[in-house]
Amino acid sequence: MKYLRLAGQFIVIAALFAGVATFADWPVYRQIPQGSGIIVLTFVHTASRGTDCRRLSPEEIAKLPPNMRRVLDCPRGRRPIDVELELDGRNVYRASLPPTGIAGDGPARLYERFVLPAGLHEVTVRMRDTPRIQGFDHERKERVMLATDQMFVIDFHPEKSEFIFR
Amino acid sequence: MIGLVRGVLRRGFEFIERPFDRLFGPALNPVAQLGALGFFFFWIVAVSGVYLFIFFDTGIERAYESVEYISVDHWFHAGVMRSLHRYASDLMVVMVVVHLVREFAYDHYRGVRWFSWFTGLPIIWLLYTSGITGYWLVWDKLAYYVAIISSELLDWLPIFGEPIARNFISTGTLTNRFFTLMVFMHVAVPLFLLFIMWIHILHISRPKVNPPRTLAALSLVALVGISLWKPALSQGHVDLAKAPVEVGLDWFYLPLYPLTDIWGKGAVWAFLGAFSLIIGLMPWLPPLRRAKPAEVDLAHCNGCARCAEDCPYEAIRMVRRTDGLPFPTQAEVNPSLCTSCGICVGSCPSSTPFRRTEELRTGIDLPDFSLKVLREKTVAVAQTLQGTGRVLVLACEHGGGAGRGGAVTLPCVAMTPPSLIDYVLSRNLADGVVIAGCAESACFNRLGIAWTQARFAGARDPYLRARVPRERVATIWTSALATKQADAEIAAFAEKISTLPRLKLRSPLPPANPIAHTSAKPALTELESGT
Repeated sequence: MKYLRLAGQFIVIAALFAGVATFADWPVYRQIPQGSGIIVLTFVHTASRGTDCRRLSPEEIAKLPPNMRRVLDCPRGRRPIDVELELDGRNVYRASLPPTGIAGDGPARLYERFVLPAGLHEVTVRMRDTPRIQGFDHERKERVMLATDQMFVIDFHPEKSEFIFR
Repeated sequence: MIGLVRGVLRRGFEFIERPFDRLFGPALNPVAQLGALGFFFFWIVAVSGVYLFIFFDTGIERAYESVEYISVDHWFHAGVMRSLHRYASDLMVVMVVVHLVREFAYDHYRGVRWFSWFTGLPIIWLLYTSGITGYWLVWDKLAYYVAIISSELLDWLPIFGEPIARNFISTGTLTNRFFTLMVFMHVAVPLFLLFIMWIHILHISRPKVNPPRTLAALSLVALVGISLWKPALSQGHVDLAKAPVEVGLDWFYLPLYPLTDIWGKGAVWAFLGAFSLIIGLMPWLPPLRRAKPAEVDLAHCNGCARCAEDCPYEAIRMVRRTDGLPFPTQAEVNPSLCTSCGICVGSCPSSTPFRRTEELRTGIDLPDFSLKVLREKTVAVAQTLQGTGRVLVLACEHGGGAGRGGAVTLPCVAMTPPSLIDYVLSRNLADGVVIAGCAESACFNRLGIAWTQARFAGARDPYLRARVPRERVATIWTSALATKQADAEIAAFAEKISTLPRLKLRSPLPPANPIAHTSAKPALTELESGT
């Protein structure tokens, strides 16, 4: 009777554990619909200064401590970066990304995912990182063949000042 | 409203626990051992983790290969260890969640118990952090999914200069150093988790951190069996050019991850914040109105330390004597830890209703429900009993016998000094005494049932005197919801008592019979009876 009871206890425990093990990787979760891919638009980029540098007058320079004298007074703050993404002629993302940092002197940052059906797509990305009001400083337009489940990344290379598609 | 939810959950737990109680018995019932099982699974995870670390390569390129080596080439030892590691950590989540809900259902989270409840919150956070960083290390498709979603969630918070998720957009952006950081976190966070688990039980006397051996052995064997039946495997190597769109999610650790797609990251953070806030504030929503804490009467305290030994909440400690009496120590109550359960009153050797002092006093007493009041109530209730089978019930306020006619309701049955039963029977106040406590696997004051049983069995001071006829004493352990069961058992006991000859206790006493008392059945034989 004792062993029978022990067997019963074991069966109950094993059944509970089997239930837990089952839900440890089932049911399968599908993040995006079948036959689609992901475009990631991401960059970390520092825009030009919020206001231009000002040349200090000789009197102003003289007032500064000798070890801190400089010719230009450049404000730390950076301007926001305007960015747009068009997919097949349709605007899917438009944002003005503020600079990071308490003083607003850090780079603007972006990481956005877009899910779209696999196939040929016309991708246009634009960025404005200077004081200009009209138009954009950087633009790249390309026809992209997006494969099923592909992770297509649009990045920005600050040194080369150009968008990278990969 | 909260009380209603508690009531529904409590009924649910009792419905589940009853068959478990029948199969396992109260001592082995896994539902009553959730905390201990949580610790047990932690140790399995720790030991298996150390073993796996011998084979694991922390390099970004070699991590997946080393895990495959563990799971495929060396499945019979390292692979089993990996499965134990995975499933024990899943079971730990199950234990923690059910433990939390059960403690809520049984109202074990308010009053002085706020501390254990509150410190359970960081345990949840650290447990999930440990698990999530662990999934990251395998560096399979699931790891990639976990890495991306975790990073995106963290990036939503405006605290990181550069999006962490950018680390996973191409092979060149991910470095071994990042992986080393994850390994460090997967070791450091569980260590911190263990530290908080220790804090969690700090205010509990005799915490159950080890399940009974039989239950532990059954669990370990079952876990090994499940590991062989369904080994934990990787889900394919990461390809950063391909999104991890279809993954076998661990629904215990990652249930919120799909919600980031449905709700958005902000909503998931809001949910987590609201959950933490509500859990953290629950002990005060509303606060428990409790009786005044126990007080020590030094004139009657000889510093025997029985109260400190029996207190389930570490609320009593022995300190140097302050009143000049010739005893080295005296009891001191920490009011912020005392639940006023009265177990200390039952443990005090001075707590005897036979005392003939002008005012009945004892070494430690409850100001709102003193030993004097208990004796008065007992006498008053006894006077209402009539007939041949007069049964006096000393009932726990959290058990099924509380509030009925012929019952004296106490904060805990262990508040009853064993001498009170002697008093009732020897003074012919009743023909039998029933101790009606809470359900055996869900004692509200944790140790009330254990101490009562041990005192009656002569295994713990103060003993129930040998001269007390055991067939006239019964114990009933039922939940507050099982009133019908309690009524039926009391009625059956009363009927049995009515058939016994009239009791007559005398001193000096004849020798005692062996003592054994664990159920509602009467224990020892009558020592002296007559017509």
